[in-house]
Amino acid sequence: MRRPRGRQRTAFPRKDQNPLKPNPVYFFGTCLIESFFPRAGEAAIRLIEREGVPVRFPAGQSCCGQPAYNSGYPDDARAVARQQLRAFPDDEAPIVVPSGSCAGMMKHHYPGLFAGEPDQALAERFAGRVVEWSEFMAARLGVELEDRGAPLKVTWHSSCHAMREMNVIAHSKGLIRQLSRVELVELARERECCGFGGTFAVKHPAISGALVTDKVDDIRATGAERVIAGDCGCLLNITGAIAHRGLPIRGQHLAEFIWERTHGS
Amino acid sequence: MGPEEFDRNVELALADAQLRRNFAFAMGSFIARRQAVFSDAAQTERLRGQGQALKRRVLSRLPELLEELEANCTRNGIQVHWAETPAVANRLVLDIIERHAATRVVKGKSMVSEEMHLNAFLEKHGVEVVETDLGEFIIQLNGETPSHIIVPAIHKNKQQIARIFHEKVPGAPYTEEVEELNAIARATLRRKFAEAGVGISGVNFAVAETGTLCLVENEGNGRMCTTLPPVHIAVMGLEKVVEKLADLPPLLRLLTGSATGQFITTYVNLISSPRRAGEKDGPTEVHLVILDNGRSRIYADPELRQTLQCVRCGTCLNHCPVYTRIGGHAYGFVPGADRQDPQPPGFRTGPGRRPHHGLEPLRRLRGGLPRQDPHHRAAAAPAQRGGVTGGRERRARPRQPPQPNGAAGLGRVAVSQHPPAGQPPAELAAGPHRQRAAPGGAPGALDPLPKGAPFRPHPAAPPGEGDRNQR
Repeated sequence: MRRPRGRQRTAFPRKDQNPLKPNPVYFFGTCLIESFFPRAGEAAIRLIEREGVPVRFPAGQSCCGQPAYNSGYPDDARAVARQQLRAFPDDEAPIVVPSGSCAGMMKHHYPGLFAGEPDQALAERFAGRVVEWSEFMAARLGVELEDRGAPLKVTWHSSCHAMREMNVIAHSKGLIRQLSRVELVELARERECCGFGGTFAVKHPAISGALVTDKVDDIRATGAERVIAGDCGCLLNITGAIAHRGLPIRGQHLAEFIWERTHGS
Repeated sequence: MGPEEFDRNVELALADAQLRRNFAFAMGSFIARRQAVFSDAAQTERLRGQGQALKRRVLSRLPELLEELEANCTRNGIQVHWAETPAVANRLVLDIIERHAATRVVKGKSMVSEEMHLNAFLEKHGVEVVETDLGEFIIQLNGETPSHIIVPAIHKNKQQIARIFHEKVPGAPYTEEVEELNAIARATLRRKFAEAGVGISGVNFAVAETGTLCLVENEGNGRMCTTLPPVHIAVMGLEKVVEKLADLPPLLRLLTGSATGQFITTYVNLISSPRRAGEKDGPTEVHLVILDNGRSRIYADPELRQTLQCVRCGTCLNHCPVYTRIGGHAYGFVPGADRQDPQPPGFRTGPGRRPHHGLEPLRRLRGGLPRQDPHHRAAAAPAQRGGVTGGRERRARPRQPPQPNGAAGLGRVAVSQHPPAGQPPAELAAGPHRQRAAPGGAPGALDPLPKGAPFRPHPAAPPGEGDRNQR
């Protein structure tokens, strides 16, 4: 789990001795990672631990409550959210979330969801601790990545919430750009939604289908072999459409991709 | 329109390859043009902050400013009328037209008149209404409604317009040359301008300090409508008032930069009075119809108030991936204009009725839309089984708008009987502003609003309340 020796700098304290590093951090797994992309979650945890930061995964966590909240069921959303407030110890440690969407819900919407309700103060403290995974890796830990993979051309998909609500895309792309043998080709219409939109894809499959068709065309036009994203909802939608069209493009969560490139496996 | 009809519209729109190409092209070029005039991110942020502050300041003293606007317009000779509902507003406009025995009306593009369904109303009463904005002219010829608040005929390409002109304008040859198409419209419209007894326009900003109506446009048709006919009727939603003349430059810069990617429009009309003695042109009467249509209710709701900051630039439509795919007509109303409650584009809730979220950085005045979506969906969520969590019989509890009689409703209150989406709660259907409506609701009176009773939106929530969702 330790970083390769050759990259250690002597002028500075080793990363795992840095007193400014949080110890420990909590990890919020998200529903989609648990159900569909467990390796992305494992990779995200391993990458944090590799920097010498212990990761705790509280049992009893489930969903952030966003599907109910965004569909207009605040009571139901609050019940689900409250379970998360209870599952995580009420201390100062960061809560790292490998999804811009779930992180956005917990960071920006929990305070409003609990306004005037019991647990308001707890929800505000909780929200203040939430940090998206790529921002945590890049900005809080300042990771330095050594690329061990073969040359590869990839493209990056920005999720709407990671880009507009969490504003973490610079961190996500920054991690990819640290990989010396990876060429990052940007999408022509990066700012456009892939069509997932949570329950939107279920409620309006025709519009969602039109959006993801255009998104896959855009991905294809980059000539990339892989599309990397920080949100598994988008990935599920995009990789589904890619598979449906039988295209030789692979979709991967950023954490899984970075683990694969830097761990040499 | 129900969800089934919306789904049918979507199916048709998605199957229309031409429509999708037209929208994708047009929206793409609008996005590029806007980016070109807002290329300096820091400067743009400063400008947005300035615009937001100006509009918030307006909202902090809206009732007072509306009265100041009325007083100063009246002093300038502009006759001010208040209308709580579109029905009242339509009646007011028709009464003015009939008083002048006019049968022909020319109109500049006005989204509030779309909200009022003014054209249909006037035509029903035997008045010929000619839309003079080129886009509006095209779709009026074809019997359509606007598909975009800034560019009403954006769903049409050159060939389709050529066909419409050839079929609907008497004597027009078929031509795909833009200059020739313009010439056909110009020749037709010049005659209409000269013959019209009344000109109708919208208002982009109404300056309370000076009693000035500001109207931006690019074709000169707005200036024709407001100067050639002997009578000019301007219609505006009550949120269009601004404090001072000096507030206009930043707001215009934001509006035109966002709407059309222009630093300034070709024409900026500042109308401050009818023709004065000794002046050789201009209308002899200028009327201003100020429409409420639910805006005072929005004003009274701290969760919703900030939506009145919207200047209707339409940028959110240009960037909306759903709108770009299906176009404005699929919604069954003009997104951003035609609605029961005045809300910025895409604001309406209910199944499938809103353009996509994710517009946070685009709203020039930071209206806070995405943060309000859950609130609106809660109001629209079905109470029956089948919600996302399934099997819950409980109804979602949105915040209840404050009661007209005070601050009692400002807190989080359970609403046991929330009305279906799009309908006002029964308890709000009779607010104090109703007092200014026609007695007994009977249409026909020339001035159904009792004189001397100043218009007042619902008692204000404390300033700043509406900002709690701001970042």
